[in-house]
Amino acid sequence: MAETRTLRVAGKEPVADGVIALTLTDPGGARLPDWTPGAHIDLVLPGGLVRQYSLCGDRWDPYTYRIAVLRETGGRGGSAYLHDVLDVGEAVGLGGPRNNFPLVPAARYLFIAGGIGITPLLPMIAQADLLGADWQLLYGGRREASLAFGRHLGGYGDRVHLRPEDRYGLLDLPGFLGAWEPGTRVYCCGPAPLLAAVERACAGLPPHTLRTERFAATTLTGPARSTPFEIELARSKAVLTVPTDSSVLDVLTAAGADVLSSCRQGVCGTCEITVLAGEPDHRDSVLDDTERAAGTRMFACVSRSRSDRLVVDL
Amino acid sequence: MKPPASHADPFDHDNLEDPGPLHERLREAGPVVRLSRYDTYALARYEHVHAALTDWQRFQSAAGVGLSNFRYEKPWRPPSLLLEADPPHHDAPRRVLSAIVGPRALHRLRDRWAAAAADLADRVLSCGDVIDAVPALAEAFPLRVFPDAVGIPEAGRENLLPYGDHLFNAFGPPNDLVAAGAGRIAGLSAWVNAQCARDVLTSDGFGAAIWAAADRGDLTPEQAPLVVRSLLSAGVDTTVHGLSAVLYAFATHPDQWERLRAQPALARVAFDEAVRWESPVQTFFRTATTDVTVGETVIPDGAKILMFLGAANRDPRRWANPDRFDLSRDPSGHVGFGMGIHQCVGQHIARLEAESVLTALARRVSRIELAGPVRRHHNNTLRAWRSIPVRLHRK
Repeated sequence: MAETRTLRVAGKEPVADGVIALTLTDPGGARLPDWTPGAHIDLVLPGGLVRQYSLCGDRWDPYTYRIAVLRETGGRGGSAYLHDVLDVGEAVGLGGPRNNFPLVPAARYLFIAGGIGITPLLPMIAQADLLGADWQLLYGGRREASLAFGRHLGGYGDRVHLRPEDRYGLLDLPGFLGAWEPGTRVYCCGPAPLLAAVERACAGLPPHTLRTERFAATTLTGPARSTPFEIELARSKAVLTVPTDSSVLDVLTAAGADVLSSCRQGVCGTCEITVLAGEPDHRDSVLDDTERAAGTRMFACVSRSRSDRLVVDL
Repeated sequence: MKPPASHADPFDHDNLEDPGPLHERLREAGPVVRLSRYDTYALARYEHVHAALTDWQRFQSAAGVGLSNFRYEKPWRPPSLLLEADPPHHDAPRRVLSAIVGPRALHRLRDRWAAAAADLADRVLSCGDVIDAVPALAEAFPLRVFPDAVGIPEAGRENLLPYGDHLFNAFGPPNDLVAAGAGRIAGLSAWVNAQCARDVLTSDGFGAAIWAAADRGDLTPEQAPLVVRSLLSAGVDTTVHGLSAVLYAFATHPDQWERLRAQPALARVAFDEAVRWESPVQTFFRTATTDVTVGETVIPDGAKILMFLGAANRDPRRWANPDRFDLSRDPSGHVGFGMGIHQCVGQHIARLEAESVLTALARRVSRIELAGPVRRHHNNTLRAWRSIPVRLHRK
């Protein structure tokens, strides 16, 4: 079983000016790892580019992920590759899903989206609506034609406020947040100036009211590798090679190392190993950003290496 | 197609004493067997149990993970926000608790629990060579370290095991085991619920961390005590019987104990192999959310499905020599902790407890040998021991 996780592009369609939606499935038709609203996946593209995209589909469909990709003109080529090169039927590498932007339980939500920042909010809105929560969405973008999923959102009626800038100007945050009352959570995703404006507008509200996700440039130090690497077992001194189509876990267990595992999806945390040297390429759903940056632990079922060699405490 | 039917009662005392023969009959009868006595469907093969555990969309938990169907019957206690919940309600409690008892939190406990296990082993060995491993080790260790880690007071901890025992009985039919616990349960529940309040819990435990999550808005204040209750409900009896299972396994497989002593790093593998071999949690139910086809059988919407974790963990289709307790086996992928979004959130706690105890014993004891007749404890859900007399041969 090839355990390096890949997704197959099952569909690709334009959904707004400069925005495509990709439908992704397991190449063998298996269930995909479970996720919750606000989660993102890493796509590992040729040349080792790693890009993060929010899942915006339906979690009740376990076989399909959906993401939306804005063409970034000033970007480093990730979105251009997805727009111009990647075809239906081709494969991309997968990391995650991880969720740094979870929907917490509340009776009322105010959602604020700027442009492609609508993507993590789509499943949150579906969920809030399912739960019968009271919610409103303020959704801004340059033009009406650039508001991805605008028509779909129109189906929610007057809870949704589509405010393209060419017709309405900048979003009226004080007006929208004026509807705040105790127990309301505010969720915002979009470009940095919008986040800053929302943070200012929420400054007088109780702590933990506002939840944001920013599209930060990835903090990873280099590209993911697409070539084999070595794993050195510090105690037995053995050095093993991990080919591109095998997981670290499979290589370790084939060599007789006693590494326990369970879910094999980077979720349960059972196959943790201690990293003594080298730089892991984390693809799990368990570690937070600080733990990832520390680089001292990894989950062998899905995570790999950025360096030529990893030394592990086995 | 109509599935094969069985009139067996998985919850009668013969089957609770020795479920192996029933498990084999169910596995061999087909992918799905109808349990006529309880108007429910049984899954006993690894493939189908694993599939049902991971498919939360079609096999729901919110209608109860016992025989009782919450679509039609009132639960005996307010349902668990974890075990007896589906997404999206399940999301926030699971996320919060996963972080609190996840690998990072457990690293902080490692040294403390190793010291506690060494201390317990020394004390047990000073009391003589023959002990009953169930109370002296399997109960004593979790009851010492786990309530401390949650942060509940000392007083009343003797209520934890009877509460858990009744809770796990209550997932079965209303038989004599449930009746036997019914008299005490109101008092036990009241005690457990009282331990979940913020002001009862110490400031540094899992319980306080759950309340801190409520303060951040990651949970509602109404959810916090129920999440604490989940720890107290699911975190004691299960680890007690898991430890009993691994100690019994070593008492009856001296060659495997030799192996562990030679290679103490195998402690984690040994515990998971014992969880596979014995399956301390034997069964859980799900409820079909739609007509679900398994094999050639259509299980109708709303039907209860009984998943035999213990049978799946000994399915010869998945495991070579499944009845053998064998440290050379890779037990990874067993369903003793479940699988999928409801997989035991405390599995790392259980493993660390077991690793602590086994490591302490392996340093001190050259051989564990049965020293008298062993006795099972019957529970509708748990595979449990009442008594395992053993002689501990000192190194």
